[in-house]
Amino acid sequence: MHTCVNIMDRKVGVAIMKSVTKYIARLGSETMYFFAWYGRLGLFLLTSVFALLRPPYKIMPVIRQIHFIGANSLYVIVFTGLFTGMVLGLQGYYTLNKFGSIGFLGAAVAISLIRELGPVLAALMVIGRAGSAICAEVGIMRNSEQIDALECMAIDPFRYLIAPKLLAALISMPLLVCIFDVVGIFGGYLVGVHLFDVGAGAYFQGMYQNVVWQDLEMGFVKSFVFGLLMVWISSARGFYLHLERDGGFGAQGVSRTTTKAVVMASVAVLVWDYLVSAIML
Amino acid sequence: MKPEKEIVIELEDVHKSFGSQKVLDGVSLKILAGTTTVIVGASGQGKSVILKHMLGLLKPDSGQVRVFGRDLAQCNKADMRQIRSSFGVLFQNIALFDSMNVYDNVALPLRERTRSNEKQVRVAVEEKLALMGLEGQEDKFPAQLSGGMKKRVGLARALMLDPKVVFFDEPTTGLDVNKSNEIYRLFYRTQQQLNYTAVIVSHDVPKIFKLSDYVALIANSRMHGPLSPEVFQLSDNPLIRDFVLETMGPIYSSETEESLLYETF
Repeated sequence: MHTCVNIMDRKVGVAIMKSVTKYIARLGSETMYFFAWYGRLGLFLLTSVFALLRPPYKIMPVIRQIHFIGANSLYVIVFTGLFTGMVLGLQGYYTLNKFGSIGFLGAAVAISLIRELGPVLAALMVIGRAGSAICAEVGIMRNSEQIDALECMAIDPFRYLIAPKLLAALISMPLLVCIFDVVGIFGGYLVGVHLFDVGAGAYFQGMYQNVVWQDLEMGFVKSFVFGLLMVWISSARGFYLHLERDGGFGAQGVSRTTTKAVVMASVAVLVWDYLVSAIML
Repeated sequence: MKPEKEIVIELEDVHKSFGSQKVLDGVSLKILAGTTTVIVGASGQGKSVILKHMLGLLKPDSGQVRVFGRDLAQCNKADMRQIRSSFGVLFQNIALFDSMNVYDNVALPLRERTRSNEKQVRVAVEEKLALMGLEGQEDKFPAQLSGGMKKRVGLARALMLDPKVVFFDEPTTGLDVNKSNEIYRLFYRTQQQLNYTAVIVSHDVPKIFKLSDYVALIANSRMHGPLSPEVFQLSDNPLIRDFVLETMGPIYSSETEESLLYETF
């Protein structure tokens, strides 16, 4: 009986040891994967920036990317900006009316848009439209050996593929955010002035008096940072598709990675939104 | 092998594993300038893996890959680009840029690697497309081309900058006999014209032997050869002999074979 219990104890002990070892191995592998992935992401950005700075400079690929990331996003930006401004006008009027200060509506709409909602919402829309497309394009090129083909032709894929997208996003995003802000302010004007009884003069006068250069500066810095994040994360996930844990094979691999890229870039935008606000306030 | 010829590519005791699977187990091979070396072997034996090592797309676990005398493991990105600028590659799946038309695909190496203006690019691209019999196909996209045409576009792109070494990964896979012969004719003609060193990975035996100077077999993760095609076919090496018998069959004899063939029906 005593021996039997001893054997049982030993078996349980071995089983516990095995599961603990397995857990530690898993933890180690996850940690390695985490650091390898973020290290790769950092190197990817550095290499892309160096590729961007290295001559000869070619303007046409950048213009094509500005057309894709910027001009083609115009409709969605105008539409989103208009309704965001309109809803801000609506909610702002409701709140400010309680305090009898509807004269501040213009300022409230403009400051909310310029400092916060313009850059964030424009970035999220561009990530959904262009970021997903960039990740899928680069991912399919990786899967079908087109990136290998570029390397074998001694064409640097960072210079040829990534750098024009990066520069185009850095140029397009601030412009898109400006358009978002202007259309949003117009949306607030439509609701505040035409739907309710806020005077047009009061709407714009309040805006003129309360919006300061620092607000515009913050909006500009954010749009710049979000443009960088969008291209960086989307293209890096596509570029390293073959190093995904599930292999990134085939159409499903591309679709899974694209989803991950959109989620990761969107979360990164919200995190950096807080960080930039905290630093610049 | 004739010793006076320059060694362009040299693999020395190359080992490579993917996870627990050992693909290359001490592979050594020399590719001589101006020659055509064919690497044959059954599917999944690591033929394309050897090619990727030569191209620097894969790094060996141990051993050395030297191209033009330089160890690829010691090369930085700029060195790699310089070495690869002498390469032309026809990939197994061709790897044409599917969002570009035929013209832009073939023009890409010139546009990205030289300072040619568009006029010079047009002249060079049209010349290469004419050489490949692809006149009038400039505006088509890869998805609109047949397998044989895609291979020809891939070959035109690979030869665009008159490379010193051209790699062919299964150049005739998926093509019928006529289209395969066409690719071989183009290969022969372009090599005569440009005098490049060719490395061909293929299992199109025995047809490929006619074009080769040396044949090497990869089997059981090791390299056997390279030997001249005549010596290869008569080799005593049991693995080579098995491969030759399997792919080319024993010498035909009506007495021994036909009766057996009919008996099975």
